[in-house]
Amino acid sequence: MTDNALAGLGDHIASSLENEVASATVAFGELTVIARAEHIQKVLTFLRDNQECMFKQLVDICGADYPGRTKRFDVVYHMLSVQLNQRVRVKVETDADTPVPSVTDVFPAAGWYEREAWDMYGIFFADHPDLRRMLTDYGFQGHPLRKDFPLTGFVELRYSEDQKRVVYEPVKLKQEFRDFDFMSPWESAKYVLPGDEKAEGDAAPKKEGAK
Amino acid sequence: MAEVDIKNYCLNFGPQHPAAHGVLRMVLELDGEVIERVDPHIGLLHRGTEKLIEHKQYLQAMPYFDRLDYVAPMNQEHAFCLAIEKLLELEVPERGQYVRVLYCEIGRILNHILNLTTHALDVGAMTPITWMFEEREKLMEFYERASGARFHAAYFRPGGVHQDLPPDLLEDIMAWTETYPQMIADMEALLVDNRIFKQRNVDIGVFSAEEALAWGFSGPMLRSTGMAWDLRKSQPYEVYDKMDFKVAIGNAGDCYDRFMIRIAEMKESLKIMRQCIEQMPGGPVMSVNTKVAPPRRSEMKRSMEALIHHFKLYTEGFKVPEGEVYAAVEAPKGEFGVYLVSDGSNRPYRCKIHAPGFSHLQAMDFLCRGHMLADAPAVLGAMDIVFGEVDR
Repeated sequence: MTDNALAGLGDHIASSLENEVASATVAFGELTVIARAEHIQKVLTFLRDNQECMFKQLVDICGADYPGRTKRFDVVYHMLSVQLNQRVRVKVETDADTPVPSVTDVFPAAGWYEREAWDMYGIFFADHPDLRRMLTDYGFQGHPLRKDFPLTGFVELRYSEDQKRVVYEPVKLKQEFRDFDFMSPWESAKYVLPGDEKAEGDAAPKKEGAK
Repeated sequence: MAEVDIKNYCLNFGPQHPAAHGVLRMVLELDGEVIERVDPHIGLLHRGTEKLIEHKQYLQAMPYFDRLDYVAPMNQEHAFCLAIEKLLELEVPERGQYVRVLYCEIGRILNHILNLTTHALDVGAMTPITWMFEEREKLMEFYERASGARFHAAYFRPGGVHQDLPPDLLEDIMAWTETYPQMIADMEALLVDNRIFKQRNVDIGVFSAEEALAWGFSGPMLRSTGMAWDLRKSQPYEVYDKMDFKVAIGNAGDCYDRFMIRIAEMKESLKIMRQCIEQMPGGPVMSVNTKVAPPRRSEMKRSMEALIHHFKLYTEGFKVPEGEVYAAVEAPKGEFGVYLVSDGSNRPYRCKIHAPGFSHLQAMDFLCRGHMLADAPAVLGAMDIVFGEVDR
């Protein structure tokens, strides 16, 4: 599939859904459509039923967390058109409080994908028939794939010989968790090198992002 | 006679049941012996792979993919490598591509041997597993001779494969592809026309092509309905477009068709493997881009630059340009995809793994409703579930 054909398809989607779709871009040979969260059902129904799209298969739904933004979560829908041999990615933005309409009515496969996104990120899907946790333990607290959730978690469990059952306890690390970035301080590190803050003039540390 | 009020019976299937293929807990609601509702509880093998990958460099994240679908490890690595290479716009040398295809097909046979024989075991045929696992062992030996590990190979790397094949390995694989068809024939003789096996599988777990698409099925599950959809053909990657092979499809969409498709796929895989060995070109197996691929050991003894590159690659790792891609391969179980978001640093910002088994298992309720309790293991067996990839 050439980029031109994909861009043409993107234009077709964007012009047919002017109110629902914010933009359609092609990058790395893949089409990405940014949609408005409240209209996601309409967008996916259009992509499924329109003769020039025919995206009959919902491959995947996943969340992604960008804590720096006001609407911190992306919900990413990957769709596949078997008829046209094409893929499209639809993205919507949301935050921890705003629900995204569930697309289980459009694709039955969305059920577990949305449950997983709810479990991992705490993205709420409105009108989902069965929004239980999916992968984490029964009674788990928190949403582990959020960027502010520590890799080591909060609780660990063991079998207690005294109580004759499995008990949950706060995580105790023998050694503090070490998260090295291994970035070269001369090329890619985004922080000010220790000692550099004293420099003045040309030698003064440049703004973030500059090398 | 007075009317008797019969209540539905709730049954816990697994997580310790041998037919649950690992750690699946299914809560079955039964009316007599008829299944009214299935509620699979998954996540008992959840290890937080995606979270761990976000904290690792790209190369360090590679081995996690072996541990997803541990039945066919290299096919998983392949998807991750393809995603990285797409972001880096990195070319894999031709020999590297052939080695990858060869090992992907070995992985496919590894997977199908396990699935076909355990499926047969689930419905009462004990013998195939004892015959075929010897062949699996031979294949894992080929894994070991190429990568040094029987299972968790970490052999596919961004830019190619880790090391070149040792001498004689290709001849030995070729010799194996000559003997293996006899083993398939022996297994077929036991099962294909077996009355009990057919009674347990024919017309069990039937769905149409539309339903398969709506539920997000892929691989043999989708092909059993007659849809000739195979990513190796429709969206070819590596050198699959140079290979001459057929896509096996069914027509009934039942468990028996899925079984027969996997047998046919093994035979096609043998064809691909032979073509790979015959056409295998010379040259490097790993990209010569020194900013991504580590230098050879011998170079490091002489070249200062190679030593620096080695040090940089194994401490800082390589940086991947900003962007997001989705790369999918036709894994033995279906479409295995990796959605990779890079923020330009040396670690993935987000790596979502799309496992085919997850979508298949989701439809368990839809497929089992109205079936007898004894059909549930047959449906599950023909689905080809491995919990490493479902739970991630």
